Amino acid sequence: MITQRLFTGGSSSRILVVAVILAAVAVLVPVLHLAVPPSSPFHVPNYMVTLVGKYLTYALLALALDLVWGYCGILSLGHGAFFALGGYAMGMYLMRQIGDRGVYGNPILPDFMVFLNWNELPWFWYGFDQFWFAAIMIVLAPGALAFVFGWFAFRSRVTGVYLSIITQALTYALLLAFFRNDMGFGGNNGLTDFKDILGFNVQAPETRAGLFAASALALALALLITSAITRSKYGMLMIAVRDAESRTRFIGWRPENVKVFAFTVSAVMAGIAGALYVPQVGIINPGEFAPANSIEVVVWTAVGGRGTLVGPIIGALLVNGGKSWFTGVLPEYWLFALGGLFVAVTLFLPKGIVGTYDAWRAARRDAAERARTKAEEDAAPPPVDPVTGRPARNEDTAKAPSSDLAGGPAPQPAE
Amino acid sequence: MSKSGTILYLDGVSVSFDGFRAINNLSLVLDKGEMRAIIGPNGAGKTTMMDIITGKTRPDAGEVYFDGTVDLTKHDEADIAMMGIGRKFQKPTVFESHTVEDNLVLALAGPRSIFPALFHRRSKAESQQIDDILATIRLEARRNDLAANLSHGQKQWLEIGMLLAQDPKLLLVDEPVAGMTDAETEETARLLKDIAKTHSVVVVEHDMHFVRELGVKVTCLHEGSVLSEGTLDSVSADERVIEVYLGR
Repeated sequence: MITQRLFTGGSSSRILVVAVILAAVAVLVPVLHLAVPPSSPFHVPNYMVTLVGKYLTYALLALALDLVWGYCGILSLGHGAFFALGGYAMGMYLMRQIGDRGVYGNPILPDFMVFLNWNELPWFWYGFDQFWFAAIMIVLAPGALAFVFGWFAFRSRVTGVYLSIITQALTYALLLAFFRNDMGFGGNNGLTDFKDILGFNVQAPETRAGLFAASALALALALLITSAITRSKYGMLMIAVRDAESRTRFIGWRPENVKVFAFTVSAVMAGIAGALYVPQVGIINPGEFAPANSIEVVVWTAVGGRGTLVGPIIGALLVNGGKSWFTGVLPEYWLFALGGLFVAVTLFLPKGIVGTYDAWRAARRDAAERARTKAEEDAAPPPVDPVTGRPARNEDTAKAPSSDLAGGPAPQPAE
Repeated sequence: MSKSGTILYLDGVSVSFDGFRAINNLSLVLDKGEMRAIIGPNGAGKTTMMDIITGKTRPDAGEVYFDGTVDLTKHDEADIAMMGIGRKFQKPTVFESHTVEDNLVLALAGPRSIFPALFHRRSKAESQQIDDILATIRLEARRNDLAANLSHGQKQWLEIGMLLAQDPKLLLVDEPVAGMTDAETEETARLLKDIAKTHSVVVVEHDMHFVRELGVKVTCLHEGSVLSEGTLDSVSADERVIEVYLGR
């Protein structure tokens, strides 16, 4: 019965193993890329570094979503918005680094502003020539938006599908806003043609390797932090809010505060992921706000297994790896494959890859435990129930509801 | 009526939903340390009354005072819970993916903000409290089991244990023995009588055997107001109560 004690968020040893693997990858891949000659079979080619680096930022985004969806029951269909905001903050810094090397050679104004006949830099572009300022904005812009949005939505007790729909509306509204040239973020074309980051050429192999390492380390760190959060009393509270919000409220907690905190932390993580993504792909445009992007993040998380922390990372890497391969072989059919994957996972693997594995292991341990207790019972007289004084019945202890084994919540109906 | 010395004071409370008067000019006074059983047919307004006391529903009219001084209509659920009113729902509601022990940890009295919870370390005193509550609700043997795996009756007890962990002054207990076996019902009566020694308690229940077992003053509600009040024998002898229960 001790085995029924479930480790929500996976056992901490598993988290540690994954974090160590990520740290090792952060060192190894750049070494294999830079120090090993291209003729060697161990050489990691340029495109691979960028591709996997990009996937690692997606994994960080999926991990951020898992914190709110898997643990707090908030199905955000707008997490791409926070990712894109972090990306834009980084993009603005990279634009200012271009200086007078742009097509129009204006030392202050980015090319698109010159093209629009703007004479001076809009106020919200001030400070982005400094990396420290951009770094603060990468955290602050998504965090503040999530805090304000969450404050109003959760205080008004918007839950379930209604919340999902307004998160979707949020990212769509931002998509439309950022498409406008007047917004001052480059409109349709977004921000691109980056030259330097922190004085290093963004195209240089060394810089790419460095960005890769930064992505892997950020993911490892985020994994450790989310794991610590979910194992704290606050983490227990998140699950409590997910499973029985009114009970939490009637024992004196404020579920809205629990949710706002989780939502804000998650948005900050998503923003950092976006900021690491942009210099690696070399562009940020309003397309990143597209509702479909946010839905894809949900698919990665569901495939890997929500509420497991490691699952979304695996899901993001697998689905995106699959996407790269698939779009190479049958480019027209990728969206069908993605849709089919989501349907298949929902029907056959509702707990995702990691969740299903955990459930299988827990079931095996329970079976072993039962066999052991049965052997003991055969040898000893039956135990007596302390309450009723009658022989204890085993049925309620033996049947462990499988839906709860992995800590994965059953899908919540709309209220 | 004077509010002093009362733990709960409702006067002239009314609330209607879409024109339907769920509570109609209800007045009810509970003295400090008293245990009261509330009976009444379905739709009498028992659960709505609890909703009003715990801040889930705002009354259209009337006064609701806690401890003689606190106007409950001005506070929300979390505030009211922190002031010392614990509520057990009709359907047992516990945190199913947490262990029995963790359910109690979350309910334990203490700061209710996010950052203390993030860096919380359990103290000796808290562990002692949890042990005591587990002993009271007789779930020591199941402390490391998931709440989802408890029987229906055990979940009811765990929920009562969570109320105790909150250290409330007043407990509102909605249908604690619904769906319980006879043995479990007896055990629950013992548990509630035990709790009533140190707390004020309101029990809503249909089961007359259980109400008799409690042996306390009974209030019968009907159509949102008090129909009869007194000992169980005098209430069940009241012709209006018989009429309500047996139909006209």
